[in-house]
Amino acid sequence: MLQFSLVILLAADAAGLAAWEKIHSVLTSPRCINCHTATNYPQQGDDRHRHFANVIRGKQDKGVIALSCATCHQAKNADSTGLPGAHNWQLAPLSMKWQDLNDRPLPSAEICRSVKSHLDGPHLVKHHEEEALVLWAWNPGRRPDGTMRTLPPLTHAEFVEATRQWVKAGRPCP
Amino acid sequence: MGEGGEAMSMTTYDLQVNGRRKSVTVDPSTPLLWVLREDLKMTGTKYGCGIGACGACTVHLGGVATRSCVVPIALVGGRSITTIEGMGRDPVGRVVQDAWVEKDVVQCGYCQSGQIMSVVALLKSNRKPTDTNIEESLGGNLCRCGTYVRIREAVKRAAEKLA
Amino acid sequence: MNRRTFFRVSAAAAGGMLLSMYFDSPMLAQEPAAIVYPPDAFVHIRPDGRVVITINRCELGQGVSTALAMLLADEMDADWSQVVAELAPAASIYKDPVYGFQNTGGSATIANSFQQYRELGAKTRAMLIASAADRWHVSPSDCRAAKSVVHGPGGQSARYAELADDAARRPVPGKVALKKPSEFQIIGKPTRRLDSRAKCDGSQKFGLDLDLPGMLIAVVARPPVFGGRVKAFDDQGARGLPGVREVFEIPRVRGAGVAVVADRFWTAKLARDRLKIDWDLSGIEHADSAELSKRYKELARTPGNVAVNSGDPTVLDGFAPENRILAEYEFPYLAHTPMEPLNATARFDGDRAEVWVPSQFPTFDQAAVAEVLGLKPAQVSFHIEYAGGGFGRRQSFDSHVPREAAAIAKRMRGIPVKVVWTREDDVQGGYYRPMFVHRVEVGIGDAGMPIAWRHVVVGQSYVMGTPFESYLVKNGVDFDAVTGTADMPYSVPNLQVTAHHPTVNVPAAQWRSIGSTHNAFVMETLIDELATRANVDPIAYRLKLIKPDARRLRATLALLEEMSSWRNHLPRGHAVGIACNEYQGTAVASAAEVSIENKRLRMHRVTIALHCGLAVNPLSIESQFQGGTIFGLTQIVAKGAITLKNGRVEQRNFDGFTPPYIVDAPTAIDVHIVPSTEAPTGTGEPPVPVIAPAVVNALFRLTGTRYRTLPLVAAL
Repeated sequence: MLQFSLVILLAADAAGLAAWEKIHSVLTSPRCINCHTATNYPQQGDDRHRHFANVIRGKQDKGVIALSCATCHQAKNADSTGLPGAHNWQLAPLSMKWQDLNDRPLPSAEICRSVKSHLDGPHLVKHHEEEALVLWAWNPGRRPDGTMRTLPPLTHAEFVEATRQWVKAGRPCP
Repeated sequence: MGEGGEAMSMTTYDLQVNGRRKSVTVDPSTPLLWVLREDLKMTGTKYGCGIGACGACTVHLGGVATRSCVVPIALVGGRSITTIEGMGRDPVGRVVQDAWVEKDVVQCGYCQSGQIMSVVALLKSNRKPTDTNIEESLGGNLCRCGTYVRIREAVKRAAEKLA
Repeated sequence: MNRRTFFRVSAAAAGGMLLSMYFDSPMLAQEPAAIVYPPDAFVHIRPDGRVVITINRCELGQGVSTALAMLLADEMDADWSQVVAELAPAASIYKDPVYGFQNTGGSATIANSFQQYRELGAKTRAMLIASAADRWHVSPSDCRAAKSVVHGPGGQSARYAELADDAARRPVPGKVALKKPSEFQIIGKPTRRLDSRAKCDGSQKFGLDLDLPGMLIAVVARPPVFGGRVKAFDDQGARGLPGVREVFEIPRVRGAGVAVVADRFWTAKLARDRLKIDWDLSGIEHADSAELSKRYKELARTPGNVAVNSGDPTVLDGFAPENRILAEYEFPYLAHTPMEPLNATARFDGDRAEVWVPSQFPTFDQAAVAEVLGLKPAQVSFHIEYAGGGFGRRQSFDSHVPREAAAIAKRMRGIPVKVVWTREDDVQGGYYRPMFVHRVEVGIGDAGMPIAWRHVVVGQSYVMGTPFESYLVKNGVDFDAVTGTADMPYSVPNLQVTAHHPTVNVPAAQWRSIGSTHNAFVMETLIDELATRANVDPIAYRLKLIKPDARRLRATLALLEEMSSWRNHLPRGHAVGIACNEYQGTAVASAAEVSIENKRLRMHRVTIALHCGLAVNPLSIESQFQGGTIFGLTQIVAKGAITLKNGRVEQRNFDGFTPPYIVDAPTAIDVHIVPSTEAPTGTGEPPVPVIAPAVVNALFRLTGTRYRTLPLVAAL
């Protein structure tokens, strides 16, 4: 009986970790991780280079006066000019950094712990399902050169489903 | 924005520009910059790059310093628009312009509308900017003539006069 | 088209080389160079007292519209508060008195128009006084003038505005006495610019701001590889946009393009985005930076065409390795990117045309437009607009931008069309400061002085194949490509400088201070290395090594030494680097104080000493040296490079080619001018060559590394 429970427990854990890996693959994709920096600047592009024009974080993660995120980014994508946009466009606070100071993604376990520390299960699912800045990643708009920005590796529906699975499995971290 | 070959739908927008009501009928994808320059014939706001990298196109949109080259007119909404042409009637704007002239800042002058609009936004929010504040807030305004040294001096002079 | 150039050098008139160039080209109107400058073409006194002075240059930001006005107004004894400057159109009387064609460049404005504008002012004054003296029945010599008023011996007075009409009818005096420097009221005083207010309130119009009734806008689709041609194009998508008027192929200086003409810029741009063009890129070189770098470095290992070969440079081979330096340098293509993108407006009416261009090169631009339209230059009315920066980009020898406007205007007969280059068009459009490689071997003698110097320069010549070739090219050497090296101010008894000039399919052009941008870098970093090895202070070393006749350089180094406060106090982690250079007669010495913060270069104070002869407007000179220093940092900043891959420019806009922002600039730039009443020399380009070597010399003191490849990497 104990062995059977252990097998179920291990299976559940494995499923939960698999779900986390799916979530992690999205979080560390450029459309998400570019604004979850540990530095005082955002990144841009699939190559995740430092954002041009000396744009910086500022005290409230929204840039500085005259060079705030809102100086360019509006509440919606501006496809005609290549500017991405969404409601409340800003950097994630440093407490939600998913990179180190050398712009390298943190270990999966560390990101996992960070995610867990901010929102409980139900709120996380809601966040992934409805938050404008999250949704933006699947509607990232056109670059100034006319090409479309690349999407995260999963569909939004798959991402939300993976989140549900992970929460259901007790949010295991590697 | 229209794709393929179909015609784009011209739309009428009612704008508040420097305290006056203006009406324009343009394609919704047209950046605010080009509406100002070509429909309203207000050429004080400049085209420098078109991607928000240089600041020459800076206006105030709803009181926020904004790069008009990247904002399509369709996203302006009801927000008020203030341009360099309106700075002479603005108490902070006037002081900044006077400081610019006093310190003989400009060379070619093409970037200066954007510099001044950015500085006015800074001083409206912070009457005593430090060197770091100045450098950070003007960090994205390009000047090929290299007037940055006198820009720093003029910002401090304007702040002095506003104190 | 067969262009022959005639070149005449005559001996010094006022202590310098007087160069007259006569260009025999079917393109140019056959007129003799004007010698008499009629005052009424240069100064107009309005009834309200305003004094309108016509400037024979383009105002690019360098301040000539104020400085030339100062020269004229002072000799004229005009009330400076009433002076207004206007830019002249293209016309024979507005030609540069020395060059023989109308031009803004070469840092030559003040040097070449100093005498001219002063005489114009003095003649105008003489005519006004003659008018007043006549009215009062007194002798002109008993009258004096001040602040736009003539005063008679008996207390009479008359304003210039009252006298103007009568004065204009009088004969222009042949000879006039000019003021002594001690009599200057305006010249030599720090004077604020005349165009400042308009540039602060949005009212100043630049070429791009021009608006004419019925005007249309054109953008041009240009091939991704220089010189490409059009095989075919599908304009269905483009024509489908409301407001698009015409889409057609146009010839370009090399290859072709497709023009889109619409009623507004945005429509034209969107329409161009929808064009489907099948480019013919066959048979043209696809330049590649990596391949060029390799090729240039190979070429640099063999001597090229000889620029100078003095003494016996082969003695180098006898030096022991520890007494030799071998240094290889590499410089990338550089774009100018003036803040105002390139533009030109033209209207063709069949038997005449009208053109508006922010042009540094009006005589040739006018002739080029005429050629495209099948007109004589005199049939082209050419207006010069204020330019949002030039730096040499608006001085193209092939007039390619006005030519585009003319080609489009020809098709759109009767309609004014403004051709607009987007920033992407500009960054990718060519006409760069070319790529260069230098390979230098130095043999060091006792006391650490260079005894032998063997130097190979490899890079495109921007002047070969143009009407200016015979002016600069001798012996297969473009002497601009070796300027400051072949004629170095340092005493080296055995000197060989040679050059290779490969032909590369990338249009090359003059970038503010041209050949000095790379030559001064090589010279001044090597001199620094020699000084370090000799354990001698870099200023002292230069003073020891420069030639006895390098009088101005000596003076600037001495002044810099006087101002060297960093010797007493330099914060921890800061270092100072020195460089000096003479450009077109103006000597400059610079000390750059830098540090490294978060692995990035941080500029602090730059101290500059300069000798430019008489400083006409010290306030303007200070701004030129502050601005030129920062412009020169384009060479240093991490993204200050244009690179090509398989024929295509890799950078698109300021995100890829990134000039210095405020954070890259020094927080202070102190400019000290050696007092002088000698004839003035220029200050537009002289500030540029010294900053990059000064910075790199400072960095050596912090990192121990000699940086010989520009630009610097982002993380030091």
